[in-house]
Amino acid sequence: MAYWEPIAELDEAPLVLPGTTLHDVTNDISIVSEQPAPRGWWICFLLAATFAGIFVLCVSYLFWRGVGVWGNTSPVYWAWDITNFVWWVGIGHAGTLISAILFIFRQKWRTGINRFAEAMTIFAVICALIFPGIHVGRPWVVYWMFPLPNQMNLWPNFKSPLLWDLFAVGTYFTVSLLFWYTGLIPDLATLRDRSTNIWRQRVYGFFALGWRGSNRHWQHYERAYLILAAISTPLVLSVHSVVSMDFATSVIPGWHTTIFPPYFVAGAVFSGFAMVETVLLIARTVFKLHRVVLMRHLELMNKFLLLTSLLVGYAYGMEFFIAWYSGNQYEMAHFLVNRPTGPFWWAWVWMVSCNCLVPQIYWFRSMRTNIPVMFIASILINIGMWFERFVIIVLSLNRDFLPSAWGYYRPTIIDVGVFSGTIGVFFTFFLLFMRWLPMVAMAEVKGTMAAADPHYGHKKHAEHDEHEHAHALAPAAEGAE
Amino acid sequence: MDAHHPTPKPRVHRRATALVLGEFDSAGHILHAAEKVRDAGYIHWDTHTPYPIHGMDRAMGLRESNLGWIVLVCALTGLGTAFLMMHWMNGVDYPLVVGDKPPGAPGTIPSMVPVMFELTILFSAFGAVLGMLGLNKLPRFNHPIFASARFHAASDDRYYISVEAGDPKFDVETVRALLEGAHATHVEVIEEDHT
Repeated sequence: MAYWEPIAELDEAPLVLPGTTLHDVTNDISIVSEQPAPRGWWICFLLAATFAGIFVLCVSYLFWRGVGVWGNTSPVYWAWDITNFVWWVGIGHAGTLISAILFIFRQKWRTGINRFAEAMTIFAVICALIFPGIHVGRPWVVYWMFPLPNQMNLWPNFKSPLLWDLFAVGTYFTVSLLFWYTGLIPDLATLRDRSTNIWRQRVYGFFALGWRGSNRHWQHYERAYLILAAISTPLVLSVHSVVSMDFATSVIPGWHTTIFPPYFVAGAVFSGFAMVETVLLIARTVFKLHRVVLMRHLELMNKFLLLTSLLVGYAYGMEFFIAWYSGNQYEMAHFLVNRPTGPFWWAWVWMVSCNCLVPQIYWFRSMRTNIPVMFIASILINIGMWFERFVIIVLSLNRDFLPSAWGYYRPTIIDVGVFSGTIGVFFTFFLLFMRWLPMVAMAEVKGTMAAADPHYGHKKHAEHDEHEHAHALAPAAEGAE
Repeated sequence: MDAHHPTPKPRVHRRATALVLGEFDSAGHILHAAEKVRDAGYIHWDTHTPYPIHGMDRAMGLRESNLGWIVLVCALTGLGTAFLMMHWMNGVDYPLVVGDKPPGAPGTIPSMVPVMFELTILFSAFGAVLGMLGLNKLPRFNHPIFASARFHAASDDRYYISVEAGDPKFDVETVRALLEGAHATHVEVIEEDHT
């Protein structure tokens, strides 16, 4: 049994449609950047660029006037800014999960979607990093966050989770970018080799670093890829854990919870998978990638959504249970009264219905394979996950210990503009990526195809596996796997 | 042409054989061909494939990549850098007492863990990518193999074996015969300029 053969007993289907040749894969993916963009791309791009423009205007106004243009005020000093930060970082996590964790588990189906997911990670983390940068009030001294010498002779406080967060998200962005670029090198070489005009050849050639598919290179390359996957796996788990510690190390009811690190990681993967699906469905339709992105990929992603939804639902339930079980009146007031029946009850209802109820449809195969249903569900899940962060942040601050300090929170139009603007920034980057870079990891997809197997076509390979391969002399013995 | 502008001497291009390139049409053929080239005792040769072929490292008789050791050194450097940075900044240069805990190591080691972990990962990632490029001697934009008019398919759906002229056993006709005998669909000799 070769690795590319679907296991009939498990009801598996081939990873790439039968009859697709290696050249078909190259052609289907590369041609996107070689032909004029389809009309659908232009419509999406103009829409995204409009919102990116709104973002620039809103942030310019914010820098001009100060953070007072947002709705943040006593007692809610962290509101949409940090909600958006956590939401965007979380979305990035599914990209790393697909590219790193599924790689280590040898889930070959990931090859159809990993490039998308990695690109999504990078752009989502860029959007995330914007928020801590612009919420500091005086962005021109934002370098005070970094351990750099300054005129006050002060260093940052390394006992602060906010500083851990800077290191965690900064590392996450850098490592994701390196991982993504490493994966792109062979595919950039493909685009270089197909180029018919000098500028494409030069630009793709420059970034392909002179890659020539050498097996002596592939050997180190594959090892580097494995190491990057292996270090990204604990990294992705650490990043949202550290993000959650921004809250969990405080004493505010609703934040002071030990379940936060795993709960945040599960939520991150959940929202990230939903976002991958949204973007993937758009790209698959606009660029007609039906031969590479199969229904099977989408169905597996829906199963992941169901699983992570259950994990998130468990965490919600456990927060309630522990609030009651602790006997702490502030915890009980927060979880049992303020969240479901307080002034923001509607946010809580959005969170529970989108995150816990909507994904239940995926128990049914007819729903898991229905494209309009999954498109709507993936958007609802992302709305729900945004509300989860809103509930955690704003609902914990608006009513804390003393009723005399309670208050309400209202966003301003600038809040809305900045947030919807980052969505525009995200899709602007993403559409440019889809247009100019190989959207699917061609080299990896080829490696999972039947034609890639050296034994493909040997009718009786089952009988004489490892047959006529005369083993090499000395070095080969240790070189073998 | 006057005396001030003498006719430039024509540059002498000596064409020298750089390598012999054999093209194959399937993963199975190139794997068996690679075994033959390996067993014939060549050293300076390579295979070029659009994706890494399962079993090719063994077919070429390659040693295992030692990239892991480079990454290990980088990882430990990152770990040490993070520890020394935090201990020196918050414990020595400007002792910072927060939450009544003693500044610097060993008292604050627990709160140092996240940053130590992150820098370990960050340095490892740079070690993996830059180490890989270093071991592969990339970027290298100019290589005689790119002179082939057919080699662009190496990143599409064709497989190539190149035997370089620098190999001690190199002989154009022997190599050609070897590759053709191993089911190469096309064999060409690539030359490069020696000025």
